[in-house]
Formats: sequence, C-alpha cells, structure tokens
Amino acid sequence: MALVLILLPIAMGLLAWALPSNRGRPWLLPLTGAAHLAITLAVLGRLMASPDLRLGAAVSGGGWLVLDPVGGLVLLSISGLFFLCAWYTVGYLRYRQERPNGVFCACMLAFLGTTSLVAWAHHLGLMWVAIEASALVAAPLIYFNHTPRSIEATWKYLLVGSIGIALALLGSFFLAYSCLRAGLAPSLMYEDLLRDAPKLSQPWLHAAFVLLLVGYGTKMGLAPMHTWKPDAYGEAPGVVGALFAGGMVNVAFLAILRIYHVCQAAGQSAYTAHLLIFMGLLSMLVAGIFMVGQRDFKRLLAYSSVEHMGILALGLGIGGPAIFATLLHMINNAATKGVLFLSAGNIHRAYGGKTTDQVQGALRRLPLSGALFLAGFLAITGSPPFGPFISEFLIANSAFAGGRYVAGALFLAFLLIVFIGMGATVLAVVQGRPSHTEPVSTPPYRDGWWTGLPPLLLMGLVLMLGLYIPNPLQHLLHAAAHYLEVPKP
Amino acid sequence: MASIVNSLLVVVLGLNLFALGSSRLNAVIRIVALQGALLGFLPLLIHQPIGLAAVVAAVAAIVLKGIVIPIMLTSALQRAQIKREVEPLIGLLPSMILGALVTGFAMMFAAYLPVAREHSDLLLVPASLATVLVGFILLTTRFKAISQVIGYLVLENGIFIFGMLLVDAMPLTVEMGVLLDLFVGIFVVCIIVNHINQAFASMDTRRLVELKE
Repeated sequence: MALVLILLPIAMGLLAWALPSNRGRPWLLPLTGAAHLAITLAVLGRLMASPDLRLGAAVSGGGWLVLDPVGGLVLLSISGLFFLCAWYTVGYLRYRQERPNGVFCACMLAFLGTTSLVAWAHHLGLMWVAIEASALVAAPLIYFNHTPRSIEATWKYLLVGSIGIALALLGSFFLAYSCLRAGLAPSLMYEDLLRDAPKLSQPWLHAAFVLLLVGYGTKMGLAPMHTWKPDAYGEAPGVVGALFAGGMVNVAFLAILRIYHVCQAAGQSAYTAHLLIFMGLLSMLVAGIFMVGQRDFKRLLAYSSVEHMGILALGLGIGGPAIFATLLHMINNAATKGVLFLSAGNIHRAYGGKTTDQVQGALRRLPLSGALFLAGFLAITGSPPFGPFISEFLIANSAFAGGRYVAGALFLAFLLIVFIGMGATVLAVVQGRPSHTEPVSTPPYRDGWWTGLPPLLLMGLVLMLGLYIPNPLQHLLHAAAHYLEVPKP
Repeated sequence: MASIVNSLLVVVLGLNLFALGSSRLNAVIRIVALQGALLGFLPLLIHQPIGLAAVVAAVAAIVLKGIVIPIMLTSALQRAQIKREVEPLIGLLPSMILGALVTGFAMMFAAYLPVAREHSDLLLVPASLATVLVGFILLTTRFKAISQVIGYLVLENGIFIFGMLLVDAMPLTVEMGVLLDLFVGIFVVCIIVNHINQAFASMDTRRLVELKE
C-alpha cells in the first residue's frame, strides 16, 4: 500500500512527462489524485482498525515505512487537497494552452509521491530525503510562468530552502550523534529514538532540535525564515500556492512533530515549549505587520500562511489539550488555504492583476470566486461558524487554562491585527465596481465546473468542520494527539 | 588511521581558504570538486572493515562531487561567459582571513563540545563546523548565482564530514537518496542560473530585486 501511494504518482508523473498532448495530459492529475485518495481512505480505515494503531508496509527495510495516526492525518490532508487541486488544474491549464505543461504536470504528480513518502517515513534520514525531493520537484511549479519575476521567486525559494534543508540534515546528524554520545548505536529510526529518548545526550539533542526547527521551519515558512514565501506564493499559479500552503507546510510540520515527539519522550518539553512559543508568536507578529497595507492579494495569502504556521508552532508549544487543537488546525488551515488560493487564482486570471489597484469589485465580476475569497478570509481569520474558529478557540483556551496568560493574550492580539490588516485588502478586492480591463486570456476567464467547484467543495468542508467533525476524522485526530502525548515504549 | 584522516581534513580546511581567496570561478569550481572528491575517500578510511555498501557510497560521492557536478557548473559558466567573481561583499583577502578566523574558532569551540571518546583524537567535528561556516561566508558574501551554488556545495561538504561520525545511522539507501537530492538540486539550480542569465543578461543576483515589500 505504501509503495503504491508513493510510486503510483511518480510513475504517472513520468507518463505525463512522456505524453505529447498538451490538452490531454492534465487529465492524468485528477485520475491519479482520485486513485490516491481512494487508497488513502482504505489505508486509513485499516490503520484505525489495527490494534496498535500502526501500519507497517509489507516491504523489507525493517520498519522504515510505517503509518501512524499523525502521518495518516498528514497523508489525508495532502491526498484530499491534491485531488481537488488536480481537478482545478484541468480547468486552469485550459486557460494556459500557450504554455507547455509537461513539466508542470509531472512535477505536481512527483510532489504528491514524495510528500506521501514523508508521511510514511519512520526513518528521519529517509524523511529528510523525501522532504528535500518534494521541495526540489516543487521548484518548476513556481517557475511555470517563465517570467523574470518568477525566475527571481524560484531562485530565492531554492537558495533559502536549500540552506534550511541543509541545516535540517545537520540537525538529523546531531540527533543520531546524541545516541552515539550516550553509548548507543547511532540511529535515525523513529521508533529507536523514541525508545531511547530518555538516555540521549541532552546537549546534542537540544542542538538537534534547534537546527531541525530552523531547517524544517524554513520549509514551513516560520518567521524569520519565511522570506521566500511571499515571493514564491505571489508568482506561482494559485493552485501551486494551494498545494504549498496546504500540503508542503503540513509535511514540514510533520517533520517538526517528529523531533518534538522525541524531545517530549526525552523529558525536554520545557525546552521545546519556549522555543516553539517564541517562534510561533514571532511568525504571527511578522505576518501581521506585513499584512497591514499589503496591496498584492497573493502575497497577502502568503503572509496569512506564515501566520498560521506560527499558530501551529504556538499550539505545539502550549502542548497538552492544545495538541488536538493544533492537529485540527492543520487540517482546517489546509482546507481554508485551498479555498483562498484557488479563488485568488481565479480572480487573478480574470483581471490579469493581483493588486488592489487593478482588482476591485470581484463579487460582481466573479460572483462565485469573489464570494469564496471573502468567505475564505472570514474562515481563516477565525470567524465562527467555520473550522479555524474552533481550533483557534481551543488553542487560546488551552493557553489560558495552562497558565500561559502572556502567550494567550498576545495570540489574541495578533489575531486581531491580522483580521484588520487582511480585511482591508480583501474587502478592497471584493467590493466596489469592477474596473473595465480587457480580458487577459482567450477565452476570457469565467467561473465554471472545473475551477469553481473545487474551492466551493473545500469551503463546504471548512464550514462542516466548524459545525461538526465527522466521527472517523475525530477518531483519527484523537488517536494522533494521543500518539504524540504518550511516548511509545 | 587517525593521522591519515586528520591530514586529509587539514587539506580540506586549506581548500576552504583557497575557495575563499580565488576570484576565478573556474578555479573555485575545481577546488570544491577536489574537496568533495577527497571527502569521498573518508568513509573508506574511517569505516573498518570496508563493506560493499561503503565502497558504493564512496564511489558515488566521488563521481558526483568530483566529476558530474563540476562539469554541470563549468558548462553553466561557459554559457554565461563570465570568468570572475568581481566585487564580492567582502574582498578576497579579507574573506580568506575571516575564513581562517572561523576555522580557529571552530577548533576552539569543538574542544568544548561533548564529543564521544572514540572521536576525541579526530578533527571531524571542528573540520565539519569550519567547513559549514565557510560555506555560509561564500553564500552570503558572493553575488554571482554560481558562486552561491558553490557556497552551498561547501556547506554540504561540511555536513558530509559530520556524517562520517555516524556509521550505521544512514543506511546505503538513504545515503544514495541524499546524493540523488544533491544531484537533482544542482541540476535544477543550473537550469535556473541559465534562465537568470538569459532574462537579466547577468548572473548577478543583486539584479533580482523586483519582488519586495
């Protein structure tokens, strides 16, 4: 099962690359996405039915590929988001027939395969390889438009990302060295590390945590390593932004969850909590500052992503009951970012611009995408009755219940800044009269089944998560939170 | 064996300083290629007895870092028709001195680190830290896109040295995965470098200033 989930998308990616037809090729994306989602759901069903809540792949290699509830949650978020994004891509690429899309389709599929590998990897070295691979295959996605601006964004993404990921490799080595120093055989197997965690050499473990937090935090886009993010999200097609802000960040967050878990098992929760809370609040603050007065709505969404990465780090730092809320927020954020980036992509396509100077009156010109963009904004800033409200409320609640009054108060204050900053730009985009610009693509962009329905479905999901969490998902979330709280013997 | 390893590492540290002090990009590429190839021999010296996996990993690293990547970088350089890194942020001689200072600092700092007893007579930890720091100096003070790639390679070499301390933690498959990622990364970067060169008629990353707040 694991190998199918990882290798099927990569094989389809090779096929997409080899296919000559620019029109037919995008169809491979939703086909692969649907198969991947179906297998993922089946695998998750088996995972929840298994007695010890872990699913080893039937391959040799001694437990390298194991699915646990946390990995399962990430796998579900990637697979579900990818399916809807793939559906959207078919419609999007119809408006972009002038550009060859072979590399684009191949890289999207390879991205799905490599990120699935991250969700399964129980060897931290293998996980590093998979994250680096997913980051590299994502580079051509940012570069799709081949404009000087997109070259610049891709260069910054590659340079900053490579340095970050290199530090993460050094951190992984430090982690293995902390075993060696303690007189144990050096290992990066997740289970070994959890088992031996109390014995690990603490100075090396601390250094490893910092390096891994900085390294994978760069991929996540935690401030101050977020600098590549507004450029990349601003210049990449909207659907790529959705995959990054909902998929890649979850994968990087999973890596941070792994090292967090090892530190918890080692009894170092006080040390990790300080760093995570600091990084989380700093990210929220930086995002808030840059969101106020932001005229480019795609860059605005990038800063919103930085903010929500901050919320995830903060929730993890608070710990206890906030773990459940953080995992729920990871799902909420992925779905809501999908709505925002896909609808923003539609607006961008219809107007040919992405700043508030060029784009006004989106509600009139594109009733569906404009309304979804507005609703997505309300959801992501934590307005009831949408999903993020519940998770953000739970995180604030746990902060105060846990006696972290300053962190809780700052969290709420930063949410308010973000609401005001983001609201000004979003309202400027959706309200008013549409400016009379010439249509930029032929045929001119209109909301249709292909590009309108995926964000609508995601919005429905966000609404549902705010009102009621389906039982299987609730079980999975509880199992994942439980898995992280109790170090496995 | 420790003395051979240490003398190899001293050569590697010397190459760091050469890379910092040379303005001809072709020369820097060759210096870093030599560094990568020399480091490729390390696992054979350290991991006794030598198994098939160690040989495969060493050969792959030597071929990739000593031959394949230098060829890719040199051809990118030829297409761009540039030869030198002019006006780095810190001059060549000052950056060499800085590199030497950083190396000294790494030596002193490593003495305070809790290193396992079997590694206390090897220079692996200080050499690793020094090489990582030199990689950072190259990355931050040079402006040609290709120089920054070279800086990244030096950084990666430094991490590779640290990996030598860990015999079993990185199995062959993972080791190969790391090398594959490095290859794909340099491949993608070389394509982007060519496009930067075409779009901006220069390889100077200071021209990439369109995107900002």
